[in-house]
Amino acid sequence: MTFQTPSFDIAAPPTVKATRASASRSYWQSVRRRLSRDPVTVICGIVLVLIVASSLAAPWLGLADPYKTSMIRRLYPVGSPNYLLGTDELGRDMLSRLVYGGRLSLFMGVTPVVLSLLIGGLLGITAGFLGGRVNMLIMRTMDVFYAFPSVLLAISLSGAMGAGADNTLLALTLVFIPPICRVSESVTTQVRGFDFVDAAKASGASTLTIVRVHVLGNVLGPILVYATSLISVAIILAAGLSFLGLGVKPPEPEWGLMLNTLRQAIYVNPVLAALPGVMIFVTSICFNLMSDGLRAAMDVKG
Amino acid sequence: MLLYALRRLIYLVPVAFGVSLLVFALVHLAPGDAISAIVPPDAPQEVVEKIKAYYGFDKPLPVQYFRWLTVTLSGDFGTSIGTGRPVSEEVGTAFANTLILAVGATFLSFTLATILGTAAAYAKSRLLDRFVTSIALSGVSVPHFWLAIVLVIIFSVELGWLPPMGMGPDNATGWRLDGAHLAHMVLPTIALSVIPLGVMTRTVRSTVKEILNMEFVTALQAKGMNDRQILLHVLKNAAPTCLAVMGLQAGNLIGGSILIETVFAWPGTGFLLNSAIFRRDLPILQGTTLVLAFFFMLLNLVVDVIQTMVDPRIKRA
Amino acid sequence: MDTLLPVTDRGGPAQPLLLATGLRKHFPIPGGLLGRTTKVVRAVDDLSLSVAKGETLGVVGESGCGKSTVARLLIRLIKPDRGSMVLDGDPVDEPHGITVNELRRQVQMVFQDSYASLNPRLTIVETLAFAPKAHGVPAAEARDRARDLLAKVGLEPSNFADRYPHELSGGQRQRVNIARALALRPRLVILDEAVSALDKSVEAQVLNMLVDLKQEFGLTYVFISHDLNVVQYLSDRVMVMYLGKIVEIGHVDAIYGNPQHPYTRALLSARPSMDPRKRTREAPIQGDPPNPIDPPSGCRFRTRCPFAEEACAKTVPVLADTGAQSVACLMYVPGSGHSRAGRP
Repeated sequence: MTFQTPSFDIAAPPTVKATRASASRSYWQSVRRRLSRDPVTVICGIVLVLIVASSLAAPWLGLADPYKTSMIRRLYPVGSPNYLLGTDELGRDMLSRLVYGGRLSLFMGVTPVVLSLLIGGLLGITAGFLGGRVNMLIMRTMDVFYAFPSVLLAISLSGAMGAGADNTLLALTLVFIPPICRVSESVTTQVRGFDFVDAAKASGASTLTIVRVHVLGNVLGPILVYATSLISVAIILAAGLSFLGLGVKPPEPEWGLMLNTLRQAIYVNPVLAALPGVMIFVTSICFNLMSDGLRAAMDVKG
Repeated sequence: MLLYALRRLIYLVPVAFGVSLLVFALVHLAPGDAISAIVPPDAPQEVVEKIKAYYGFDKPLPVQYFRWLTVTLSGDFGTSIGTGRPVSEEVGTAFANTLILAVGATFLSFTLATILGTAAAYAKSRLLDRFVTSIALSGVSVPHFWLAIVLVIIFSVELGWLPPMGMGPDNATGWRLDGAHLAHMVLPTIALSVIPLGVMTRTVRSTVKEILNMEFVTALQAKGMNDRQILLHVLKNAAPTCLAVMGLQAGNLIGGSILIETVFAWPGTGFLLNSAIFRRDLPILQGTTLVLAFFFMLLNLVVDVIQTMVDPRIKRA
Repeated sequence: MDTLLPVTDRGGPAQPLLLATGLRKHFPIPGGLLGRTTKVVRAVDDLSLSVAKGETLGVVGESGCGKSTVARLLIRLIKPDRGSMVLDGDPVDEPHGITVNELRRQVQMVFQDSYASLNPRLTIVETLAFAPKAHGVPAAEARDRARDLLAKVGLEPSNFADRYPHELSGGQRQRVNIARALALRPRLVILDEAVSALDKSVEAQVLNMLVDLKQEFGLTYVFISHDLNVVQYLSDRVMVMYLGKIVEIGHVDAIYGNPQHPYTRALLSARPSMDPRKRTREAPIQGDPPNPIDPPSGCRFRTRCPFAEEACAKTVPVLADTGAQSVACLMYVPGSGHSRAGRP
């Protein structure tokens, strides 16, 4: 007999004392805390809230009518009396149109991401958790959409369906489903490989319960982070479609469309022509920084 | 390796089939009945007949699809409704023009991104790192079609240094290597390269930074290797990751060029696609989409295979 | 009222708790031009074993020999390609037997990686209450029971119940894993390298706790480990695996005192001795185990066996009783053709 490891004789203490007495924080609580301590994220959040709130509250801000044209007051420069940011090519108040424009521009950017988060997330989690043939069927279908550069897919789809906000929403949703589906599938496959999922299976719980309790909580974070990083892309793409004349129809105020109609003014009043783009740029930067902040707070790699 | 490439190629077949299905469906996504969607009301009768014969609209959908597929596979993409010229000719010329821009932008953005990203990862000073990160962030956040307009405003309208639109003097549709053509290229190339520049700078910076933190770099330093030799090791290790992202970006650049070409009236596929949409020239829309999608697919395949060759950790048989 | 009662014994002490016959699991490897399956990993090949009530069966072998696959087969986390299982007289997953879910109620498992086997988003008490809730125990009762279990594995409930896994040490997490395995009041617990990742001192505490829990709950253990000392300490019987097959099985004293299969002997002599005079001077076995995709013909150990002969390549040795233990080696089969075997 060579067995002589003396350490086995140490009796286990009756209870192991906790090393730290501080209260436990749930994952989402600590994410929220870390987010609120990140100055960049907080500032971006405030800017976004301001943009969203002002566009929603636009009718009560005492702004000029964004649709009211005037042939004599066309292309007033920035800083004109009564027209703080000048007037556009049809004499409409730019400030008012920029504030109102946030409504459609943000809506057209955020909605497709939310919709594709629901559809793509569901498909991806299903494919990842079930694996096998279901995975094959879903992911190979996604591969077909992946064969198109996203801008091309968006433009070809809305080009074929014709201009209009609804067609743009549909096209953009279709564009974002495959990437979200792919990310969802890969994180779900990863989580499914963890022993705690096996332990849950071994406990005899139903597949739905396992997905709800053990998979969702662990995959939603990374999927959400990825989806937020798509919002800025979606806003730019939606504006791009409107810029091409494929999205929102005139005379609606929308930043991309405004860029398009003001293009003829670049020789007369170049600063004015660039203004709507500034709005898209600022919004998009804020969403990107927020997404980065969220990623850091949730410590998601990739 | 060859087997892997071959298997990837075979795997492309079902995907390509799906792609063709989607492109075919584009015509039927159009509102109203397909003929009136394609044919403008004032079209001459012979054009209408030609279109009808080409699509075979009187037959059931699956039959139409296979007709279209066999005709397309034989290289006949149909006839443009706007110009009456074969689609393959129109798309071919335009695609060559797009490639010129894309290659220029790819070269510009990848070179800059590699330099900036590596510098930022190595940076001892926070300032340089901040500067590069801001550039990267702006690159991914800027609406590039707006940047194109701003560039035109600054360099064409205000300064008058560069031409605001077109591919060359006198509405040229072909490219030549001379000063005038190069000058026309400058602004669109810059505008087109901002997005890949942003994405790639981020990727290069984070990848290089991650590798610099690895223990083998410490081991190389302990061995007494100088910084230049170490940089070589680091870049070699960063290459596979960066290459994969670059491949995707190069493809997306082709897609992104649609908006840029419209701003600059550059006679490429994007410009063609855009004008086709407004003339409801669906054969052109289909042809362009199909060609670009296939190019994108092949590009991804090539990148994948190159990545496998570069990365010794990936062994695929 | 307790809604999840322990399962009572049915067949009496002489009936094995778990009987597995001819278990086989081959994992396909996609290959070739069209990704068709051309090769398989023979992880477990025609393996039969029985676990007696109240015993601890130790399973040893090199990494990659199929130990973990056996564990997962026994609890049906993976479906065997072939073979059958009988739990205390009831065939599993067969018309007149018990369902896989019922098997899992009576057979539970503790995984090696204490971190990966706990859901990082759930508190300890939520993790422990999950399985009983899935079996219909009311939430409040499941939580109460979870707290009781925590106390049983030596973790003060008031202190640990509402913590998250990342706030626990490796040893504490493994105690939680053990508690989770006990939550359904199983009869058989499979411990797959359950203490291997722990520090030596912590390992000792957990092992002693396992011994106590076994006593208290009347458990049966299948204890899988690559640590020969620990297996010897804990086991009543020991099973030695090589490349998906059992090479030797028997009482712990027989295996450790008189190992018969060349592989078992090599394994045991590879143990570092505490006695400096008995230093191991030569590597007892050379090389890596062969690839399980294409295992050697006949006896799978022959490529590394010092006694291998021509006969070993031709005949697949089966387990044969040699008195105190069973050995799968031609040297112990009279008339097998091996020069060291006796005549029939």
